[in-house]
This record gives sequence, structure tokens and C-alpha cells, in this order.
Amino acid sequence: MKIAFELNGKVTGVDIEPRETLAEVLRSRCGLTGVKISCEAQVCGSCTVLVEGLPVSACTYLAYEIRDKRVITIEGLADAKGRLHPLQQAFIDQFAFQCGFCTPGMILAAKSLLDENASASEEEIIAYMSGNLCRCTGYLAILRAIQQASAELRGEPKTSRDGAKP
Amino acid sequence: MSGPNEFAVVNHSVPRADGVAKVTGSAVYTSDITVERMAWAKLLRSPFAHAKILSIDASEARRQPGVIDVLTGDDLGSIHPYYGHAVKDHPLLAIGKVRYVGEPVAAVIAENEWSAQEALEKIKVEYEELPAVLDVDSALAPNATLVHGMDYIGGAFRGFDDFPGGKENICQSVHVEWGDVDAAFAAAAHVAEGEFYFPMIYAYAMEPYVAVADYDAKGQLTVHSSAQHPFMVRHDLAEVFDLPLNSVRVIVPFVGGGYGSKSYTKIEPLTAACSWKVSRPVKLQLSVEEAFLTTRSDDARVRIRTAVDSEGKLTAKQALIHLNTGAYAENSPMVCRKAANRIVGPYRFPNVRIDCVAIYTNTVPASSYRGLGAAQITFPVESQMDELAHKIGCDPQEFRLRNLARSGESIHPGLRPIDADVPGDIRLADEVLRSNGALEPKHGRSVCCSASDAGAHPVTLAMVQVHGDGSVSVLSGSTEIGQGSHTVLMQIAAEEMGVPLEKVRLVGSDTAVTLFERSTGASRTTTLMGRAVLEACHEAIAQCKKMAEELLGVPASEFVGERGGIRHGNDRLTWPEIIERYFQMEGCSIIGRSYLRRAGPLKSVPIFWEIGVVGVEIALDEETGKISLDTLVTVGDVGLAINPAMTESQDLGAATMGFGVGLFEELIYDGQQLMNGTMLEYRVPRFSDLARRIELKLVQNRDGVGPYGAKGGGEGSLNPLGACLANALYQATGVRVRRLPLTPERVWKALQEKTPQGPGAGTKSSANTNTPAARTRA
Repeated sequence: MKIAFELNGKVTGVDIEPRETLAEVLRSRCGLTGVKISCEAQVCGSCTVLVEGLPVSACTYLAYEIRDKRVITIEGLADAKGRLHPLQQAFIDQFAFQCGFCTPGMILAAKSLLDENASASEEEIIAYMSGNLCRCTGYLAILRAIQQASAELRGEPKTSRDGAKP
Repeated sequence: MSGPNEFAVVNHSVPRADGVAKVTGSAVYTSDITVERMAWAKLLRSPFAHAKILSIDASEARRQPGVIDVLTGDDLGSIHPYYGHAVKDHPLLAIGKVRYVGEPVAAVIAENEWSAQEALEKIKVEYEELPAVLDVDSALAPNATLVHGMDYIGGAFRGFDDFPGGKENICQSVHVEWGDVDAAFAAAAHVAEGEFYFPMIYAYAMEPYVAVADYDAKGQLTVHSSAQHPFMVRHDLAEVFDLPLNSVRVIVPFVGGGYGSKSYTKIEPLTAACSWKVSRPVKLQLSVEEAFLTTRSDDARVRIRTAVDSEGKLTAKQALIHLNTGAYAENSPMVCRKAANRIVGPYRFPNVRIDCVAIYTNTVPASSYRGLGAAQITFPVESQMDELAHKIGCDPQEFRLRNLARSGESIHPGLRPIDADVPGDIRLADEVLRSNGALEPKHGRSVCCSASDAGAHPVTLAMVQVHGDGSVSVLSGSTEIGQGSHTVLMQIAAEEMGVPLEKVRLVGSDTAVTLFERSTGASRTTTLMGRAVLEACHEAIAQCKKMAEELLGVPASEFVGERGGIRHGNDRLTWPEIIERYFQMEGCSIIGRSYLRRAGPLKSVPIFWEIGVVGVEIALDEETGKISLDTLVTVGDVGLAINPAMTESQDLGAATMGFGVGLFEELIYDGQQLMNGTMLEYRVPRFSDLARRIELKLVQNRDGVGPYGAKGGGEGSLNPLGACLANALYQATGVRVRRLPLTPERVWKALQEKTPQGPGAGTKSSANTNTPAARTRA
């Protein structure tokens, strides 16, 4: 079947099979391999994309349901000039990833949180982000990155990590 | 923290080289790779733990739409199907027999994943079930069923050759002994003795195993893989397909997590055999559920006893370690050897007797897991140190400090002396915990340590290209698995060549391009590849100086070498200027190289001792048995942190895996079946498990053989965590649990069963016990 939806700001038409998941369509048909597939059971959050601004696990979301909806993937986060989103920059500044496999999903989940509440408290961040697993970092740096981006989105001056070169 | 700052680039927390790629989704992993004409493979797996394969009928599957062919153990023709770097016991597909539930029996190769998947159920396999051995006791019983029942030859690894799989289920046994253990126990003032169990673990690298293989018509085999050790995989592939090394190319792009689980060869021979079978490139992408059935850690039962004299000095240790190695050896022979070495810990022991036995069973094959045997044995070692301290009425920290080897002291006859300040590390962790103030009720604290003979065998070759335009390429066979090795190696090259970091690029693991590096594991990369890159830079500089002698017409003694070039009188020449002038050609480059082997400063093994020092404070909910982490402190005794932020991140990552094992992670078998082999049922640490207070300390005494005195890290902080948690639980409740993980159920039951007797029992706190309001994570 042919469906149209808005992908990273552009109306996109794709031919899909009814059994295809959104993750499969985005990766194989749209070439957006920043959508990472891991647990395939809605546990790990690595395949998180935003549908109508809210995080969904693309691994278990059937692609036909995306018709006429807006989807944002990690590839659509930087602005038109290629400037990184404050969360992307904060993840770099705070060393908030190692292998990077969970990172696209982690950043998109965090974006959804900050879009809803740019002043999210530490407890709120931890509760919201507990559906995204990271096996490398131990989460602290990710928490810091989300706090950095949150501060920036609220217009507070950026603080760099202790010891980081300015 | 930042270091002494005598360096321009190293010892600074520069941003990661892979940062932009990883936050924009453009980083390419093997799972993202597709090639022209690529077909897909899916695997049929064994439903039995142990069975003869009487027949396989794949004719109907072969006729399914989209199916290109089916590969079974009967179709392997001229391929040498058994591989393994330690023991060649692992057939790339089951041949005649299956040895665990989940073992690959057949591969369907099709135009797409669905066609391959759907055809699997059309394959008819006739089995004759055999008795299975599912645990170490039944495997060791007299007249036990043999998992293998055939002998194997040793693999590429040195030192493993006798595998009497035809006669018994013992895959490997290691004996370590010095002194007179029996006399020491007879004379001991106190002895602690006990049996401990460390569970089976699934590393859960978030990218499951994946390979894309292309065995082309010219006999060239190209494999993209998520492997940690591309050169070991190349060696296995060359042997399986009887190809020269120059006809096997293994390329490893970014890897989505490894933690040991992607060490050595996994699915590459099978993927390559599929490509060989259909004369097309083939991709084999396992699911996480299949990854559960591919590799796990060795679970360990440890019987251990430790003796002290009347002054509280350790006099003897004796241990028997049984490792459940599963159906194939993989890297368990090395886990066995390392567990036997590492169980001594960083302590002075005049008398030691250790037996470690790796045992085949009809379960998922076990292999490397972060720490390589150290986590399994540090749990009993450091639990028993605590027990012994309480037995003799000594503070556990004081007891450790009394018995720890100091820097330069030998803990293992014949091995490199300790190259770290373990007592200082322990005091540092202890200070952090003490700064929390008086212990609240149902809280407990512990600091534990481990010492691992790390670095693996030192054969590491590297190349640095210095280009005439001032840019530098580092060619390294070390795999970027997230640990940050690319960034660190680039920092070292920028430091040595005197160029800005932005001028350095790294060409990653590709066996056709990069020189041999034995492995990426055992915390070796910064120490060995870092040193190799540094030496390669020095060799390039030496060449530049020779060129300058010729260009300037003066001997090198008349000019001054400085960072980035030379000075002669008032003239300054940079290395790139020298190169361009020498060749009188733009766009020219020179190569500096380094071949590290076990010689000179790398003669003494281990290359370094990786020290793990961790402190925890736990809070226990007695009603549910749930343990939460109040405080976590890691101490990375790393010589010099090339990138302090990344080093700390490694320590926290390892410690987090450690408390995952300590609190929730365990693979559970019920009979032949793995019961919790999905991420729905296998609980790993998540955001909400973050400790209230986290302190990541680095100790930088520049006492390693790596560049600038660096040593490796990244495994150490995992090892002591299990014992830390168990000791802290004892302090909080007086209850000793000798089996991990400390799940709420296990803790709650232990609290019900045992009469509290320890220091925490019934303690009433006089302090104000308000919960600290703010989270402080330094």
C-alpha cells in the first residue's frame, strides 16, 4: 500500500507492506539508519522516534498507522543549516554516549520531554527517561546532558563540563 | 577533573571524535550496511539441548518464493567447519549433533528477511534426543554424558592444545600453587570458608551480532562485522575457508556495544559460508533474542577458604572454581586461566592453591564478559575478606590495608609486580563514603578491590601517516566499541606530532588497511595501541629529522627538536614542511610505524595490573528486600587519563554493569530451556537505578607502561561491585548472602531465614535520619 506522511518536515510517500513496522520502513525504505533496532519489544527505547511530537517505539509500531502523521527521527533534529539541536550538542559536551547505539532514541525521548517541559526537574527527567536503556554510560552523563539542554532552552548560559577545554 | 596540564592535547577532556556522527544518526554500524546483490540469512535453531540429527530435509524450504538456498551441516563441502581460537570445537552449523537449545542447525538464504524467516518452518529435522548435562555437577559425575565425545585441536591461541573432549566434559583446567598451603591452614589463627555463586550473565550489547559477508568469484572474502577482534576473526576465516590472509578482509565499523561479548569469532564463518553457498553477499542480522542464545558469561561456583595468623596477616588461600562453560569453549579457557590468577587479589599471600575448571554443559556457550573472570571471583574473594575481618574483630578496611601489596611488590611469583597504589585507592573511596556522615539505619557501606592481570598478549602494530599539508592519519586495528579509543589515539598523535587535534584523522579497523592488532579487549587499547601510536609518531619524526639533515646540510645534533618540528638558528621547520621540501612535491606523505611485541618494557606480563576499587553505600527496604544505591564511588588508578571525562565514563559504565549483576541480572535455566532470554524478562540497570550520590575519582601516578605512564581501565570498576553490595548488606542487617544477584526476593528470604548477628543488627541511629534532599553527583 502507498502511504504519505510528514517525515522530518517533508511530505513523503512510500510503498509499504501492511506487516512492516515503522522502524523497518524508516531504515530500509527511507534510508534513515539512525533509527536503531535492539530489543524489538518496547523495552530498550533505541528505536524511539517522535510521532506527532510524542515518543513511540518504532520497532513495534506498524507503519501504516503513520499515514498523514508527522514523524521526526534523529536525522531531522539539526536545523536547516546543519546546526545541532541543543540536546545533540549537550550530548557531545557531556560525553553522554559511548557506543552510541542508544543515542538517537535517547535524544528523541529527551526532546519530547523538554518540548513538553523545558524546566523538568532531575526526578522528572529520571522518571521520563527510564524507558530508554543505555548499557555503556551508567546514565549520569545523559542526565547532565539533558539538564544542560534544558538550561539552554530556558535561555540560561551554557556550562561546560568540569575539565573540558573551553 | 583535569590533569597536571603539562600536555597540549592528552590529559584533556576533548570532545569525542565520533560525537557528531553519533548524535546525528550518521554513524554507520554493521547493522546499517547493505551491499549490492545482498541476500539475507535466517537461522533454524535446535529445540533440544542434546540430540543426534538423524536427517534434515530442506527441499520444501528451498522451493519457497524468494528462497535462494538452504545451508545445513551436510552442505559444507570443502569448508573446514570447526573454528575456535582456543579450541577448534565449534562447528559453524551443527554437524550430526546439537549441543544446546538454540544452536544453529540450518540457514535459509533468501532475497529478503521475511522470505528467509518464513521458510525456516518448512525445514524438517529429525532428531534423536540424548541425555543432556545441564549443570557442572552432572557434567562432572562419573559416566556423565559427554557434551562433545570427540577430541579437538587447539586454535590460534598459544598455550591451549590438549582438549580431551572425547573422554570427559572438562574443557580446561588450571592449577596455580605456591608455598605450603596445608601447613599454613594447619597453623592458622582463623579461617573463613564458604561457597559462593556468581550467575550467568548476558552482556546485552544493544546492537546484536551482525555480519555481512561477500565470498566473491575471485576467492576474496570480505566481511563487515560487529566483532571486537577483526584480526582474530580473519585468522579463523582463513582457516575455515583455507584462504591466505590477503584474501580475507574483515572490516569493523562502529560497534554498538561489546563488553567482551563480541570478542573473537561469532557468526562470521556461518555468514561467510552462506555467501559461499549462494555466490552472493549475505547479511546475517541476529535479533537480541538470538544474541541471548549466542554468548553468555561463565557462571561460577567458588569454594574458597582464607587463613590469617594471630596478627591479622593473610597466610593462605585455597579455592576451587567451577565454571559452567556451556556447549563450546569460545574464550572460556582464557576465562578459566584468568579467574585462577585473579582470585589471589591485590594481596600478599605466602601460600596459594587454586584450581579452576571450565566445564562443558549443554547450555549456551559462555565466553568473555567484561572483566574476564574477575567479576566471578572477586565476589567470593572480597566477601570473604569482609567475613574474615569481622571474625577477627578488625575493621574491614584496616584489614585490607594491612594485607594489600604496595606498588612494586609482587603478588604472583613470576608476574609483573603491582604497578598501582591500591591502599591509596581504597583510602580515597573510603573517604568519600565517610563524608556521608553517620550511617543511617538499614544503610550499609563497603569498599572492595580487585586486581586483574590485564592487557592480554602484547602484539600490537600501528602506522601513522604524516602528510605534507600538515594533516596526520592514524591507522589502527583497535575497534571503536564505544570506549573512545579513536579519540584517545588521535589525541596521542596530535600531542606527539604537534598538530591541532582537528588535523588528525583515524582510519579504523580494516584488516586490508590497518596493521595487526591482536584484540580490542582486556583494557589494552590505551596502553598498547596508545604506545604503538606514540612510537609510530616518534619513528616518523626520526625520519623527518634525517630528511632535515639532508635539507639543511647539518647533522641533527646542530638543530633543536621541538614540538611539531625543529629549530635551526632562527629557522623553524615543521614536520610537514620538511616532508614537502624533501620530496619537492605537494600531497606527499611518510609513514611512521611501530611493532610492539612481548619484549623490552613489554616483556614482563601482565602488561599492567588493572585495579578495581569501588565503594558503595546501600539503602535497604526491609519489607521488600529491595536494595537501592545511595552512593557509588569509583577509583580509576589509570596512570594517566588521556581523556579524563571518557575515563570516568568507562568507570561508571563498568560499575553500572557491576551493580546490574549485583542486584538483578541473571540468566535462568529451567531444565533445557533458557527461561528469560528476552529483554522483557532480563532486567538491566536503567535511569531510575542511578545512585543518589556518584563520585568518579581518578588516580594518575603515571606508573604504567602505556603512553605517558598510562594504564588501561574500563573493566576494574565492575569486578568488586557484587562483593561491595553483599558486604554493605551484611553491615546493614548482619545477613550474609553468598549468591548474586541480590534480588529483593533473595534478600527478603535471607532476612527471614537468618537470625541477625552482625554489626548492623538492631542498630538504632542516634543521628537525625532525614533523607538528604539533594542529589549530589560529582
